[in-house]
Amino acid sequence: MSDNDDSYILEIIGVNKTFGGLKALSNINLKVKEGSTHAIIGPNGAGKSTLLNTCIAKLVPDSGSIIFAGRDLAHGITPHGINQIGVSRVFQTPEIFPKLSLLHNVMIPAFAKRDGFFRFNLFKWLRDEKKLKDEAMSYLDNLGLSDSAEVHAGSLSRGDKRRLELAMCLIQHPKLLLLDEPTAGMARHDTNRTIELLKDIREDGMTRIIIEHDMHVVFSLADRISVLAQGAIIAEDEPEAIKGHPGVREAYLGSAEI
Amino acid sequence: MDAINSSSARKDNLAMIIFVAVVLTAPLWGKLIGAGYPDLLQKFAIFGLFAIGFNLLFGLTGYLSFGHAVFLGVGSYTAAWSFKLLSMNPIPAVIFALLLSGLFAAAIGYVSLKRTGIYFAILTLAFAQMGYNLAYSVLTPITNGETGLRVLRSDPRIIDSAFGVQIEGSPIGSFFGIEMTGYSGFYFCAAMLIVGFYVALRVFRSPFGMKLVAIKSNQTRMEYTGYNPKPYLLTVFIISGMYAGLAGALMVIVDPLAGAERMQWTASGEVVLMTILGGVGTLVGPLLGAAVIKYFENIFSAINETVLQATFDFLPAGLQNFMVAVVHPFVGEGWHLTLGVLFMIVIIFMPGGIMEGIRRLTNWVRRRKE
Ligand SMILES: Nc1ncnc2c1ncn2[C@@H]1O[C@H](COP(=O)(O)OP(=O)(O)OP(=O)(O)O)[C@@H](O)[C@H]1O
Ligand SMILES: [Mg+2]
Repeated sequence: MSDNDDSYILEIIGVNKTFGGLKALSNINLKVKEGSTHAIIGPNGAGKSTLLNTCIAKLVPDSGSIIFAGRDLAHGITPHGINQIGVSRVFQTPEIFPKLSLLHNVMIPAFAKRDGFFRFNLFKWLRDEKKLKDEAMSYLDNLGLSDSAEVHAGSLSRGDKRRLELAMCLIQHPKLLLLDEPTAGMARHDTNRTIELLKDIREDGMTRIIIEHDMHVVFSLADRISVLAQGAIIAEDEPEAIKGHPGVREAYLGSAEI
Repeated sequence: MDAINSSSARKDNLAMIIFVAVVLTAPLWGKLIGAGYPDLLQKFAIFGLFAIGFNLLFGLTGYLSFGHAVFLGVGSYTAAWSFKLLSMNPIPAVIFALLLSGLFAAAIGYVSLKRTGIYFAILTLAFAQMGYNLAYSVLTPITNGETGLRVLRSDPRIIDSAFGVQIEGSPIGSFFGIEMTGYSGFYFCAAMLIVGFYVALRVFRSPFGMKLVAIKSNQTRMEYTGYNPKPYLLTVFIISGMYAGLAGALMVIVDPLAGAERMQWTASGEVVLMTILGGVGTLVGPLLGAAVIKYFENIFSAINETVLQATFDFLPAGLQNFMVAVVHPFVGEGWHLTLGVLFMIVIIFMPGGIMEGIRRLTNWVRRRKE
């Protein structure tokens, strides 16, 4: 493989973050190839979510930079600005619009993609947005949620909320999709379905970073895996190599079977 | 219920037709419920507009402004000055009131929206109290302080005088020769109410309105979904302030006098009560809330001790005096006590306000039919 710089869509360079005395991220360096799926694994409290938070301006790192599409995501850019240049995220605790119907939940990100961060479309009827509505329905359909399109999102189960959030991200066709435990709380059947879906959309050339505790999901999807423990990357390699990595077994997997 | 339901065009048109019919026939059905006075019907329309506009902000975004009366005041003073300087025609008064209240809302909203929740409410309240105090003191040349701003016969009124319009007696708003008193005054307010209601309906049914509800539902998600919530909030704050400005202007149009007390916090609080009583986030709820409050205010505040004595005349003297003493604090000046009790009853038993009551009733009737 050629190590051409241009093929990296995201470069995390020397990122540090401390909370009080706790070193949550120490000197993180990570490069993600365009179109690839990069998994981040590690024990609870390793700093995985914190790392994603620094990528979407939810947290400002103490030092270091995060280069995406020629912009530094760590400095001088707002959360909505980051989304508008092509980064969407599924959160560890689902972030949806509980008071809106599923359909509207998915239409809102589609509007953001089409109209930008602000548009005064007060003189339009929502019901005239047929194209957008059909698109939203097809995404709900893909995730098996179209039967409850008119239901309030707040009444969904945790696993369904997560699938809804995935639909909300996918409809934006992001260049970079950040997935924080996208299958946690899902039944096995739905997990497999989500894996299949994520495999399918890989053709779009969408780059994915996925945090996951479920090794079945990780090894089904990942092209490369980074192992995070106590805020530091202790290993980074291809899945097969990670499976056999002794340090990883000790730090994270323990004696568990993979 | 989703505030932004995907209502069909047919349903919306029907709702609009019914609304217009109900508003235009108000003098008729008003008589049946003892509200057949133009003064009271004007109040229904004016406070209805105020509440509808307030609900666009509070009902859709969840941002509770506790200082909306300041825009009522701005609208009133602007309309009075339009009467004084330009013409007794209500049209320029309405236009300037909309512009100026919109401008004030932009400035106040810009600062207040830097905070959310209780801090936002306190900021808006602070601005309104500032406006109230300024109107009383420093701005006396503009507001005429405590006395209130009156429209005088000797005012210049350059447009009117250019057309040679003469005024006999005390100046009264005049829509191309139709005096804005009594029922013609009501019908002018009613026309504004219909326009205001239609605009609110459009907001509710627009992508813009859906995004406002989304901000209420999960503002963080909005930001990570690519939206900047600030311009959305500011826009609806301005629209909402303009409704209040329009209501303020109408007060002056039907009665050419503007006073600072219109901006007092009690007035800001009243529109909150109207909206909650009617049903937050519903289209017609706030209007119903406004009408109910103004209706009961009219009934209860008119009752005085003499009336009470007469009412309980059939009782033995001791009991009569006792009943009068018990009821007296709740009527006349004290009618706010009644309002408080009414408000508590509604909120405890129907948190969704009158609209929830109506919904429950129709559901019940439907079930009984089956
Ligand atoms: N905003 C914050 N303020 C203070 N401490 C934080 C904050 N966010 C995370 N932490 C701490 O940083 C450490 C890393 O947390 P993080 O959520 O990134 O872990 P994680 O790897 O995602 O774990 P999990 O697998 O449980 O989700 C934890 O000790 C956590 O308590
Ligand atoms: Mg986490």
